[in-house]
Amino acid sequence: MKFAVVVFPGSNCDRDMAFAITEALGEEADLVWYQEADLSSYDGILLPGGFSYGDYLRSGAIASTSGVIEQIRQAAEKGKPILGVCNGFQVLLEMGLLPGAMLPNQNLKFMCHHETLRVENNQTLFTDFYKEKEEIQIPIAHGDGNYYCDESTYQTLKANKQIAFTYQTNPNGSIADIAGIINEQGNVLGMMPHPERAVDALLGSKDGLRLFQSILTHWRNNHAINA
Amino acid sequence: MRKVKIYITLKEGVLDPQGKAVQHSLHSLEYTNVGDVRIGKYMEVMIEDHGDIEQQVEKMCDQLLANPVIENYSYTIEEVV
Repeated sequence: MKFAVVVFPGSNCDRDMAFAITEALGEEADLVWYQEADLSSYDGILLPGGFSYGDYLRSGAIASTSGVIEQIRQAAEKGKPILGVCNGFQVLLEMGLLPGAMLPNQNLKFMCHHETLRVENNQTLFTDFYKEKEEIQIPIAHGDGNYYCDESTYQTLKANKQIAFTYQTNPNGSIADIAGIINEQGNVLGMMPHPERAVDALLGSKDGLRLFQSILTHWRNNHAINA
Repeated sequence: MRKVKIYITLKEGVLDPQGKAVQHSLHSLEYTNVGDVRIGKYMEVMIEDHGDIEQQVEKMCDQLLANPVIENYSYTIEEVV
């Protein structure tokens, strides 16, 4: 399976993301500069963490107006798996592929440590290597990770089982402890914690690896059916 | 040329952690009569007016300058002398 890691000016978790795919998962990943990106040949798209455009205006806002966004939108419509982590999640929110918005952390601090997440929905292409309600260790590293949406959006997310992960101890003030959500179609996941930084026991946890294994297994199964 | 002054504020009901921090600070300076503090953004945008300036400003606010999920905006348009 071949992944594109889209690199914006200011992305800084792009290499971690590529490492997770090539070294831990054993698949292919290209770092693709946003201006020259042709995403048509990739099977999955990864939007890494960092500070695209220095987080000027709002986190992810300026990246969400760049030329590559239309390709990401098209890939989403085609049902390709798209994972946005941290700043990548913020870009997905700003481009409207996922509902809601990010606010500064409630305590106004940048936070960088491991968090315990609970898998709220293990019936997605990103999470079915986890058990339902399983608790996993994934690191966070963000200043604007306080997920916000209005009440009716939250009720929709809940009813459609679009909440993929929640925090056990909410670090940033997110509504309903939300750490990650998927779109209605189920092929776009945005999450603030960094699964790519938890793919080897040396990193303190390898709980993130199963997220990538889930994507790969789904792709292989679909591929086998289509072939 | 026109100078457009754009004010972006968080919607009511959206928590403003910056505003809360400043409110506490004002209280510690003994401005005990201070209630809620809300922090927003102010932008000045110079635009050549082709007759559709209001539609243009609203479009750019909706597309980029404000996030309609959490923010409201208002603006004034001034003559530049």
